[in-house]
Amino acid sequence: MLQEQTLSVSDLTATIRGILERDSRLQDVWVQGEISNFRKVASGHLYFTLKDGKSALSCVMWKSTAARMHTLPRDGDSVLAHGHVSVYDPQGAYQLYADRIRPVGVGDLYAQFEQLKSRLDAEGLFDSARKRAFPQYPRIIGVVTSADAAAFQDVRNVLMRRFPLVQVILSPTLVQGADAPPQIVRALARLNDRDDIDVILVCRGGGSIEDLWAFNDETVARAIAGSRFPVISGVGHETDFTICDFVADMRAPTPSAAAEILTPDIAELRAGVAWLNGRLRGAALDYADSRRDKIERARRALSAASPAATVRLFRQRLDDGAARLTADQRRRIALWHERVGARTDALHAASPAAILARGYVMVTDSDTGARVTAAADAPRHLTLQFHDGARRADLHDLPAFSSNIDAKDDERRDS
Amino acid sequence: MTPDAIITLPFEAAYTSLQEIIELLESGEPTLEESVALFERGRLLGAHCQRLLDQAELRVTQLNERENERD
Repeated sequence: MLQEQTLSVSDLTATIRGILERDSRLQDVWVQGEISNFRKVASGHLYFTLKDGKSALSCVMWKSTAARMHTLPRDGDSVLAHGHVSVYDPQGAYQLYADRIRPVGVGDLYAQFEQLKSRLDAEGLFDSARKRAFPQYPRIIGVVTSADAAAFQDVRNVLMRRFPLVQVILSPTLVQGADAPPQIVRALARLNDRDDIDVILVCRGGGSIEDLWAFNDETVARAIAGSRFPVISGVGHETDFTICDFVADMRAPTPSAAAEILTPDIAELRAGVAWLNGRLRGAALDYADSRRDKIERARRALSAASPAATVRLFRQRLDDGAARLTADQRRRIALWHERVGARTDALHAASPAAILARGYVMVTDSDTGARVTAAADAPRHLTLQFHDGARRADLHDLPAFSSNIDAKDDERRDS
Repeated sequence: MTPDAIITLPFEAAYTSLQEIIELLESGEPTLEESVALFERGRLLGAHCQRLLDQAELRVTQLNERENERD
């Protein structure tokens, strides 16, 4: 049991650090006090103690954060330090790990800042849903800044280098001092009176917190929130945050950075256009190729489905048929030839000329042309038709009529 | 869109149109006749984009501080 209640020093220290680090009040805290024992060590870290009448607090600011401080505090300064509380194990000492140090006078400004910030935040002015997108290729950028400021020159240089297609309309204004906020509001209004603005860039170069104070003005913040056109802010340096940054549609760390964020790089655009031109040609060629392929495929399919083969087949059948038909015909014609020949012979045999040639004579009346077929009717003048010609004959009655052939032969011989 | 109309297009519109035309062509949907017209338009748009970039010169104008003042 004794064993269970015993903690190592490290365990205890870790427990204490856990308690401190879980307390959100100690993790995001502003502490007011007087600086003492301030020292910057070789590593670049800052060590100091914050005191008031009764207590002292060890503080450390790491080199990375310290590098961003414009001016270093000195012993005796009244300051507001912001940071989180934790434990330095080797010494069992709790300390403030500071990330910001402000003189107390400015601390009042910061109190105002925080107050305004939380008020506008509560109103919803910082809502991400309110943030508008910027056009990818702005045509006209309205710039709200001082015409003489280095910030404006920086913006011009960036735009000239990156995206000279854009037109810049400067709405000039003071950017610091008591007159700056109303002037900034009017400069925004002048741009909002136009119809051709794509985006507004509100910017100012780096300076002290007092220098940048115009951009923590509530009227300026509301003018930005009420802008018809999206607004990008680029105020001060990377570490400076203003109310304008929160209310703008986007915050850029510097004016130059804002100009870069707003614009595409012309070198990339050139490459993009060249790429698109190539892609266009490629698309056109692909299109042509795909159509050619389609046609080729269709042609192949067509020839596969073509009736040419069928036609060839039928033509062959026709040829076969024709051959068969011709043979049939030949046979038939030959048959008919034979038949006709036979009939013709019969016909010839039966013809009067053939009969005459065999020695018969056809007898007609020379006067009337009538055929004489009976001896009894025979006239005196006769025409005898031989197979090779006709002769005239006069009839002299024979003593006796004979009907036999010999008699006829004799008769012919006589005539 | 006629060649004359293309010349008046701002960069973004021309660039976007070119992208759309390419996508259409790549889809293979247009008829041959349409695709020829699309290609020709794309070619003009591409040349126009190129010309805009080559001829670009940053223009800076300054509004009069007294202009449109409201107090």
